[in-house]
Amino acid sequence: MDWGYSINQPRAVNLDKNDLGVAEKLLRRMPLLQACIGCGSCTATCTAGGFTSFNFRKVQTLVRRGEYQGAYEEMSKCMLCGKCRLACPRGINTRAVVMMIKKELAKQ
Amino acid sequence: MKKHSWQEYQKDVADDKYYYVRSCIRQNFFPGSEAAFLNILRNDLHRDIREDAIHTSCTGIGYHSDIVPIETIMTVVARQFALMTESGYENFASSCITSFGVYSEALEMWHEFPEMEEKTREYLYKATGREFRKPRSVAHASDIIFHHRDEIASKAKYRLVNAATGEPLRGVEHIGCHYAKIFPKNGIGGAEFPYVLAGMIEAWGGQVVDYPERRHCCGFGFRNYLVRANRGYSIANSQKKFESMAPYKPDFILTNCPGCPMFMDRWQYTIAEMEGITYGADGHGIPVLTYEELAGLVLGYDPWELGMQMHQVDVEPLLDKMGVEYDPSAKFLGKNGKYIGQPLDAAVNCGCSGSSIL
Repeated sequence: MDWGYSINQPRAVNLDKNDLGVAEKLLRRMPLLQACIGCGSCTATCTAGGFTSFNFRKVQTLVRRGEYQGAYEEMSKCMLCGKCRLACPRGINTRAVVMMIKKELAKQ
Repeated sequence: MKKHSWQEYQKDVADDKYYYVRSCIRQNFFPGSEAAFLNILRNDLHRDIREDAIHTSCTGIGYHSDIVPIETIMTVVARQFALMTESGYENFASSCITSFGVYSEALEMWHEFPEMEEKTREYLYKATGREFRKPRSVAHASDIIFHHRDEIASKAKYRLVNAATGEPLRGVEHIGCHYAKIFPKNGIGGAEFPYVLAGMIEAWGGQVVDYPERRHCCGFGFRNYLVRANRGYSIANSQKKFESMAPYKPDFILTNCPGCPMFMDRWQYTIAEMEGITYGADGHGIPVLTYEELAGLVLGYDPWELGMQMHQVDVEPLLDKMGVEYDPSAKFLGKNGKYIGQPLDAAVNCGCSGSSIL
């Protein structure tokens, strides 16, 4: 039967069900990432973000919560210019974070 | 905290002489419920309740869908109050939760902004020549059944007890959002600890089962359902509630809103057809009742006279548990024994669904 709609999937992040393996590995290698306050300076200054929908703050937050779907493709939009690293008030090596996420997710 | 909050949200409900306004959609969804309410009030409780043939929809659905402007709905509300005034009644009783919220909102707005009340009086007089007095009390019909719950219990033919085991039946309740979430002080128990339906279940011998998503919306939400493409969001809300309540193995769901029983009943059917999932015992759905239907069953009304054949999820498992006497062959016989047709077999009722989450 064509109902004309389907049941929406919840968008809630369930930390008990998600596989946090990549997130834990990421934080082990880059403990300073825990200092992120989510201010969005990285995204506001992002060159790639000016031309695409790339949003570093959003993608790294989702990865840290175990939501990996589409994250590799999103991170591939980064041009690695490093402007975000200069803007980060907590001194996080954001460019390295991009590379680590891509490396770990490429294995999946 | 619970005891303290409960004290804050007591509500005075008039004992007699009600002016009753119907819901515009309940008569299609569960057509026996409002008639049952009037019968119970008049014939069992011997109260004076007036139903007026010339009252109209409150236009709440249009208002909440951004079609009807506030000045219009206030004038319609004023007309309903004028009809009550002309009939000599002061206690306004609304069948519909949306309407109850609309009446409460209009009275609150008039209290805060008296110039809006003046303007509304002017609109009403120019349009109809009518004038009105504000009601002494505004109650939802479930408040009135709650108010009389002990008297109903004293006249009960059946109780919410498993006739075979003597154990209390387990009920989960769902309060319509516009009952107390807009104006918590207008609802018995407020928005946090709603007691209007829980009190009925307890008074009639049942056990109220709390569940994590007890206060979550059923998913109706007007525009979530009115646009077909949005219905996936509506059904997702109901599904969230079913998944939350199912582990507690409720025997029935009790509701007090026009939309909630409709959606919690029909969406169980839809989920079973779409995904093969059911939430009750033995692969069946969980019966969903209006408070009038439950009061009627307790008082010994015939379930088919209450209109319970209109439910998508069969109610027979609950009737059997309560020990209610009924004629299965009369289920689809309408007035004068005329066959009214019956629906095709559905996954939610056959106990054959792909997976019951119990």
